[in-house]
Amino acid sequence: MSAKHGRTAFAALLLAAVLGAAPAIAADLRIGLQEDPDMLDPHEARTFVGRIVFNALCDKLVDSNDKLEIVPRIATSWNFSADGKTLTMKIREGVKFHDGTTLDAAAVKANIDRARTLATSLRKSELGSVAKVEAPDPTTVVFTLNAPDAPLLAQLSDRAGMLLSPASFDKPVAPNPVCSGPYKFVERVQNDRIVLTRFKDYYDADKYTVDNVTFRIIPDSTVRLANLRSGQLDMIERLAPSDIKAAKADPKLNVVSIAGLGYQGITINLGNGERAKTPLGMDKRVRQAFSLSLDRDAINQVVFEGVMAPSAQPFPPASPYHDKNFPTPKRDVAKAKELLKAAGAEKVSFEMLVANSTQEQQLAQVIQAMASEVGIDVKIKSTEFATIFKVQMAGDFQSTLLQWSGRVDPDGNVHQFMTTGGSVNDPKFSNAEVDKALNTARGVYDVAERQKLYAAAEKITREELPIIYLFHRAWTWAIDKKVTGFEPNPDGMIRLAGVKVN
Amino acid sequence: MWSLILNRILVAVPTLLLVTLFVFALQRLLPGDPLLTMAGEERDPAVLEHLRHLYGFDRPLPVQFVIWLREVAAGNFGASLRTGEPVLKLIGQTLPVTVQLATASILIAMLIGIPMGVLSAVRKGSWVDYLANIISLTGLSIPHFWLGIILILVVSVELQWLPASGYASVFDDPVRALQTTIMPAFVLGSGLAATLMRHTRSAMLEVLGLDYIRTARAKGLLPRAVILKHAFRNALVPIVTLSTLLFGQLLAGAVLTEQVFTIPGFGKLIVDAVFNRDYGVVQGVVLCTAIAFIGLNLFADVLYILTNPRMRS
Repeated sequence: MSAKHGRTAFAALLLAAVLGAAPAIAADLRIGLQEDPDMLDPHEARTFVGRIVFNALCDKLVDSNDKLEIVPRIATSWNFSADGKTLTMKIREGVKFHDGTTLDAAAVKANIDRARTLATSLRKSELGSVAKVEAPDPTTVVFTLNAPDAPLLAQLSDRAGMLLSPASFDKPVAPNPVCSGPYKFVERVQNDRIVLTRFKDYYDADKYTVDNVTFRIIPDSTVRLANLRSGQLDMIERLAPSDIKAAKADPKLNVVSIAGLGYQGITINLGNGERAKTPLGMDKRVRQAFSLSLDRDAINQVVFEGVMAPSAQPFPPASPYHDKNFPTPKRDVAKAKELLKAAGAEKVSFEMLVANSTQEQQLAQVIQAMASEVGIDVKIKSTEFATIFKVQMAGDFQSTLLQWSGRVDPDGNVHQFMTTGGSVNDPKFSNAEVDKALNTARGVYDVAERQKLYAAAEKITREELPIIYLFHRAWTWAIDKKVTGFEPNPDGMIRLAGVKVN
Repeated sequence: MWSLILNRILVAVPTLLLVTLFVFALQRLLPGDPLLTMAGEERDPAVLEHLRHLYGFDRPLPVQFVIWLREVAAGNFGASLRTGEPVLKLIGQTLPVTVQLATASILIAMLIGIPMGVLSAVRKGSWVDYLANIISLTGLSIPHFWLGIILILVVSVELQWLPASGYASVFDDPVRALQTTIMPAFVLGSGLAATLMRHTRSAMLEVLGLDYIRTARAKGLLPRAVILKHAFRNALVPIVTLSTLLFGQLLAGAVLTEQVFTIPGFGKLIVDAVFNRDYGVVQGVVLCTAIAFIGLNLFADVLYILTNPRMRS
């Protein structure tokens, strides 16, 4: 063979190698995440995507279902004492951690204590009501509380109730987390992937047929969808509204969505420093006019392809606390103008902080256009996400377009925002009746009674409007049709029980 | 040559110190707070206070800088505030990825750019020259991220020929490395090829107009020998320097391409760290980039001497 022919043959081989070989193995599931999770230690972690990984990796005491009810996981049953200050849980028998050690009541106690005391724990406030935890026998855990705490079970259905092997506490947990979930940790490459493999000794192993799970981090939503369509991924989370059409048009894909737990709203500075002293901050009629100038349905259609759930309350549609007596207001330009006139402020102008992502900017521009029609001039101030909280805490804002990711328990969607001195009450809203209702609701376990308290608080906050609620964000997944059995949950997590790759 | 190398190393120390001081100051001037990002949506004040103390952010800035310098001098670059991974491990994970991508890009750029530049210089004013100019202008004008997304949509989504994303080391899995590197390297290389083509063309034109080329032609040498042996060798000097500098730029400048093709590279590490205000990672990465740049500059000078005998004295 001449040199020339040799070269041609080599080039052909190379080409064949490059073009051939599409990697696809049967029982593997590759999930595209929008961001890179932070610490893989449930006690130190803070990101939403981290929780998606934890749901495959770690087991928790209880879980929440699509109706936001608390259901058993490691705790098979539980009850509160008559005074509401003792929670007793029965722990499932025969459960093992990934390192082979036994998950018993003592291990649960060790985890709750670590979450409460570890220097870098972010779970301390979630478990703030817990005075002590005891494990009188291997299947019983007793929580003693400082005061009745209705949101506690919901906290235990998330990171605060996740269980690590106490044998792994000596070394840093995040680089090599050892849990008891259906999948165990294999490897992580920061900003690229996290790989898990099936844990054969999982107590409920029959429900999990996928052998290996790879989470791949792909921040750009268009690129994430392209990877799904080209077969590099089997499933992606948070499909961008602008990509929904393309995904639905692809015969190989299913698009699944569900209204989430959180909300998007406009936070208004009412009493935090000098910048609160505007007609907007001082007169509730101006805020009401602003709210009435917005057409929530149109916003949903124009910016979000109609997938969000328009609303004017903090609790999502799935929650038993979502109150039908508080309908979403229709746009009313005439009434808005009337309110402005009554407030003696026919021309109002204020600044709105907006995170500098494309979608938030679009949303802000639509709000700006709608408000201008009633005589409200919204000045959009684009701000990097990392600075918004700081600016807001310092009171250097008039209004902010911001979202809250939402919590299973209603307390987590209102208490810290609306009570006097609440940790994220940056508008410095303060109302004695609201404080009383929300503080009381924390200690009440009966749903009907709690509903009344939240309704009482909401009646006032709807009038005062420290936050103008716009809609509940929806979680949207695009899934390859060969993957079946995925059940969406309002918390936006991916639960792999029953998921099959055909 | 050795005195040049020694000289450069001596100058490098104050340069590096200045660069790190500059980056340190610049970062702290940026609005935003890494701890607020870390403390999560709840922003519990007690947690914030605790973290501030734990990471030493409650100390005066000069003290923080000196502590950081002392740790770096001892070989401790610190850990990521976001994930707790050591900075050196992160750099070790991402730098080879980008070096592989940058090497492939430069090779593609040279394979396209240099022959095109030589051809258009030799055939100046002909249709070959015009075509080369059009190609190079197009290459310079097309934004990388756009070309990247179009390639993904056509080659990966429609034709399903190549994976849309990912990375494999050429030492672990050469086939997959080729599959995953070829598109991003082409995207980066096409832009660089244009730059290289323009420089090769002008360097060649300059050399081709010199007296010794006329002499060589007059001697009756074949045109091929005149162009490749006599002209090209001398035109190569600025091209080599340029290629090395372009390579240096790629280390931190491939960010957009890395984002589009989801390559866990060095540029992506820096951008993510800046957005998260991950101070330790930003400082460590900038220090490494500065060292690499100084090294590459030195390398370019050495190459210059090797390709140009007149500089060897």
